[in-house]
Amino acid sequence: MNYIWAIMAIGGIIYAMINGTMDEVNKAIFKSADDAVVLAISLISVMVFWLGITKIAEAAGLLKGLVRLAKPFIARLFPDIPKDHPAMGYILSNLTANFFGLGNAATPMGIKAMEEMKKLSGSPKASRSMITFLAINTSSLTLIPTTVLAVRMKYDSQSPTEIVSATLLASIISFIGAILIDRLFYEIRRRKERHL
Amino acid sequence: MSLLATASMWIIPCLILVVLTIATAKRLPTYELFVDGGKEGIGLAISILPFLLGMLVSIAILRASGALDAIIGLITPFLSFIGMPADIVPLALVRPISGTAALGMTTELIATHGPDSFIGRLASVLQGSTDTTFYVLTVYFGAVGIRKMGDALKVGLLADVIGIMASIIVVTIIFGA
Repeated sequence: MNYIWAIMAIGGIIYAMINGTMDEVNKAIFKSADDAVVLAISLISVMVFWLGITKIAEAAGLLKGLVRLAKPFIARLFPDIPKDHPAMGYILSNLTANFFGLGNAATPMGIKAMEEMKKLSGSPKASRSMITFLAINTSSLTLIPTTVLAVRMKYDSQSPTEIVSATLLASIISFIGAILIDRLFYEIRRRKERHL
Repeated sequence: MSLLATASMWIIPCLILVVLTIATAKRLPTYELFVDGGKEGIGLAISILPFLLGMLVSIAILRASGALDAIIGLITPFLSFIGMPADIVPLALVRPISGTAALGMTTELIATHGPDSFIGRLASVLQGSTDTTFYVLTVYFGAVGIRKMGDALKVGLLADVIGIMASIIVVTIIFGA
């Protein structure tokens, strides 16, 4: 990640030197820094709200109920996490929120899931479950793609929701793909470790 | 308004209703729990800030310099040669890196080609079925202080490739080219 991060900036600045776009780059640096602060501040409202609601749901035993429903499926995906661990509840609520297009609820729950997984592994390195969790998250299994629906309605689509089934199908395929790729990389890592 | 669009509006209020009703029925101190859980959110959001800022600035430099467009220009002929619709290539390449840029492109594609055209539908599906991998990794790993990401980036990006291919194939099959 260090390399990618540095190369994006270095590459951009050198390109700007050659092509005379330094003015734009200069502006973009501070504009994007501002944007990041605005984004983080707007995350506060979302985080406080959803973590508050999640806390109530947790105390009411709703997260446990959710885990019980999806247990066979989820336990197979995350073999490193004990079945009754709170991480499971957060992972599931994150996936559920993503599924219903509640992107802003998914983030706080995902972070809580990561916290719990870090407690389990106790190391600053990404654990197996974390990588699986993020792979699933980036493939974003969605029933209601809220943002896209809004854009389609804005441009007077005859049927804004006609893409829902296609989106669901495509995201199921990439969801399965993500799980398979994750397993493949895990196996490669394990082989390497065995050879050391 | 279709059923699904209505559903997406009802879902959050109904969720709150269910959680609060059950918690109240169980005689839990709902308000205190809410405040308690919410408190954590402030710290979390602030702790993500440096990660987010670093990542957004680096991506912004790449975009503003024109280097990103140049890279996309270089790759586009190759990808359209192997059968990817040329209009969609920039969106596919930007989607994992920058959420705002991708949404901007999706909006523009829908605006110019029409939401019910092949490109408009494809852009919609692609936008909806993939996520901004860089953002997800930055926020989630940043929030809990993971420094060694392991295979996470590789796995995430490969999953995006599958998502993009799946979008193209699914849209072609369902709606026809």
